[in-house]
Amino acid sequence: MSNSNDIESNSKQEFTITVYTENRIGILNRIAIIFSRRKINIESLNTSPSEIEHIHRFNILIHETEEVVRKLARQIEKQVEVLKVYYNTNEDIIWQEMALYKVPTDTIAELVSVERLLRENGARAVVIRKDYTVFETTGHREETDKLIEVLQPYGLIEFVRSARVAIIKDSEGFNRKLREFERREPGEDVIENEYLDKAKNVFSM
Amino acid sequence: MDTVQAEANTLTEPKKTVTVSGSVALLEGLIAEGTDTIFGYPGGAIMPIYDALYDYSDKLKHILVRHEQGGTHAAQGYARTSGKVGVAFATSGPGATNLVTGLADAQIDSTPMVCITGQVFAHLLGTDAFQETDVINITTPVTKWNYQITDATEIPGVLAKAFYIARSGRPGPVLIDITKNAQLQMFEYEGYVPCEHIRSYRPRPLVRKEYIEAAAAMINSAKKPFILFGQGVLLGSAEAEFKAFVEKSGIPAAWTILGAGAIPTDHPLNVGMLGMHGNYGPNVQTNACDVMIAIGMRFDDRVTGRLDKYAKQAKVIHLDIDPAEIDKNVKADVPVWGDCKETLPMLTALIEAKTHDAWVAEFRAYDKTEYETVIHDELNPVSGEMTMGEVVNKLNDLTKGEAVIVTDVGQHQMVACRYAHFQQTRSNITSGGLGTMGFGLPAAIGAKFGAQDRTVVAIIGDGGFQMTCQELGTIMQTGIDVKIMILNNRFLGMVRQWQQLFHDKRYSFVDITSPDFVKLADAYGIAGKKVSEREDLEAALAEMLNHKGSYLLEVMVAKENNVFPMVPQGSSVSEIRLK
Repeated sequence: MSNSNDIESNSKQEFTITVYTENRIGILNRIAIIFSRRKINIESLNTSPSEIEHIHRFNILIHETEEVVRKLARQIEKQVEVLKVYYNTNEDIIWQEMALYKVPTDTIAELVSVERLLRENGARAVVIRKDYTVFETTGHREETDKLIEVLQPYGLIEFVRSARVAIIKDSEGFNRKLREFERREPGEDVIENEYLDKAKNVFSM
Repeated sequence: MDTVQAEANTLTEPKKTVTVSGSVALLEGLIAEGTDTIFGYPGGAIMPIYDALYDYSDKLKHILVRHEQGGTHAAQGYARTSGKVGVAFATSGPGATNLVTGLADAQIDSTPMVCITGQVFAHLLGTDAFQETDVINITTPVTKWNYQITDATEIPGVLAKAFYIARSGRPGPVLIDITKNAQLQMFEYEGYVPCEHIRSYRPRPLVRKEYIEAAAAMINSAKKPFILFGQGVLLGSAEAEFKAFVEKSGIPAAWTILGAGAIPTDHPLNVGMLGMHGNYGPNVQTNACDVMIAIGMRFDDRVTGRLDKYAKQAKVIHLDIDPAEIDKNVKADVPVWGDCKETLPMLTALIEAKTHDAWVAEFRAYDKTEYETVIHDELNPVSGEMTMGEVVNKLNDLTKGEAVIVTDVGQHQMVACRYAHFQQTRSNITSGGLGTMGFGLPAAIGAKFGAQDRTVVAIIGDGGFQMTCQELGTIMQTGIDVKIMILNNRFLGMVRQWQQLFHDKRYSFVDITSPDFVKLADAYGIAGKKVSEREDLEAALAEMLNHKGSYLLEVMVAKENNVFPMVPQGSSVSEIRLK
């Protein structure tokens, strides 16, 4: 549940949806069709193992109104193999995207002050070979975009950007509560239905 | 053959196993889940299961349908009358794709069903093998859960999960796809353990007392409270709890078509049908009530009409087991998340015993207007042509409202829902959410297998009947007793009605010709009759009902009759038209 209760319900903005699921073939499709059925584009999607074995964490970024996002979250949570769903605005989260840039080593070494470039963009060199160099940076979209602009004139060979990964600011006790799913019967605060709880700032997981 | 289950159970510790095939384990699991009837159709990829079934015919009745779609609708009909999980078998490829309509129907109407499909050998998956189709991905949007088994050892556990998911929480269809190698594979079977828990799935929510209290306070202070009930009451087997709530509260109650029969039609607080072709009072009063109590219903657009003009004056209390339904279409002031079998008694305990005589009288006044403007002429037509309403009404006289009425989709469906009398629960079997033409005949077959001591009457239009009339073969072969009443208006009547009202009478491809239905029935060895005259109707209905075995009665009804009242699409429920 979002902790920002002051969001304008009717204006579209970026929402990051966090989904905990069982690690099961087909769950990605079950979640993806909840968006596609409603003709909603997924801007970015990350899925990877969580800190608990067999539980995966999805980060899904969409541009929508809160009302739509709330309904989507409930439809996702309804799936049998979904453990928990949260949605947050950008104010609620700390997020990063990672990007890799491959450039020709000779050009870069001759024409650019590599040290300045790395410092200014918080980047680092991952691989340096005779023929090419791979830089890496993490940050928000604007930050990773900026380095593309910088490197484009020097013969950028290949670029790739990861999906967004996000940490929820107000997630006190998340890990502890998630671990309760390892028990057969999770505690009451885990299975509480936060969607129906209209009290302000209730955080339940 | 002795069941392997018994053998495995009688063995003492340490737990001994028996070596069985995946197919045998599947059938053992079905028996353990209480399955007695399977609707299915064999084919290449499911042959090992059918081979095993050959030895189980004393414990599992297999009904050979004539098309897999019929198998799913029959399983639905069976589930709806019996309250048990319906089971259907189909082979891979086209067999599996033919299940999709029934799965979608069961999904939107929350019908518990487990479908088993055969699949090509695991090593052939993804090779475009003969009759291979990606049934898991095809059926993902129309199943509550689905799973592909490629190893026999998974069969008992997955089947247990499937039944648990299908019947618990908000029920729904589940599909298990089993590759042929897993059906054939021999493995050490330890017996069947039913599933009672899945950690990521919470079918029984904790009921929050503060919301029950808030709801009760709201009901106690209401001047014009109004109950809307749906299939949730039936699915929760909460008819008695619901009746107690209605009677103590004294609140008028109206139903969605899938909720029909939760309390008897003639109950003094049953004020009729909601929605597009529902009764006048319930629709108009929706926009007059001060507290709306929605129980086990999902505010379908055919019930609400235009949402931004729907019950805006009312406080809404919504009881539902599915949290995704709460606030989905209509914002709830008090959400009561839970099984109504549990929440209704809690609510009944906290409300004051009351009557709302003046408020209920308002509904009856609307009834009078509706009767005078619509119902009287429908039931007592002045023209020579018979109306669908008078046929259903005559049927009521003869069945005393005790029959299971199965309908197809269209005008006859709305008329049957409006005019049929239901004395018992689980008596109105219809395709509500999906509106599946062709549902009626196979669903009636399943309904009868699910309630063999009851009379089952399938009311079907001339259009819908021709979509699945091959299931007459299933009736012929099984000898099941289903009364089929075709209301023939020689049109695809509902579409024609809309073309008349909203498309300037441009009757685009709604004029449908039909075979001689009585002759068709005769070809299947089913007795039948056609009536065109009013004076023959009652005797013909009596003959149908008294006939031993299935019977097809074709009733010729007025060609261009319309179903009224009607809330035109895009209109508010209070703008309901009487003509």
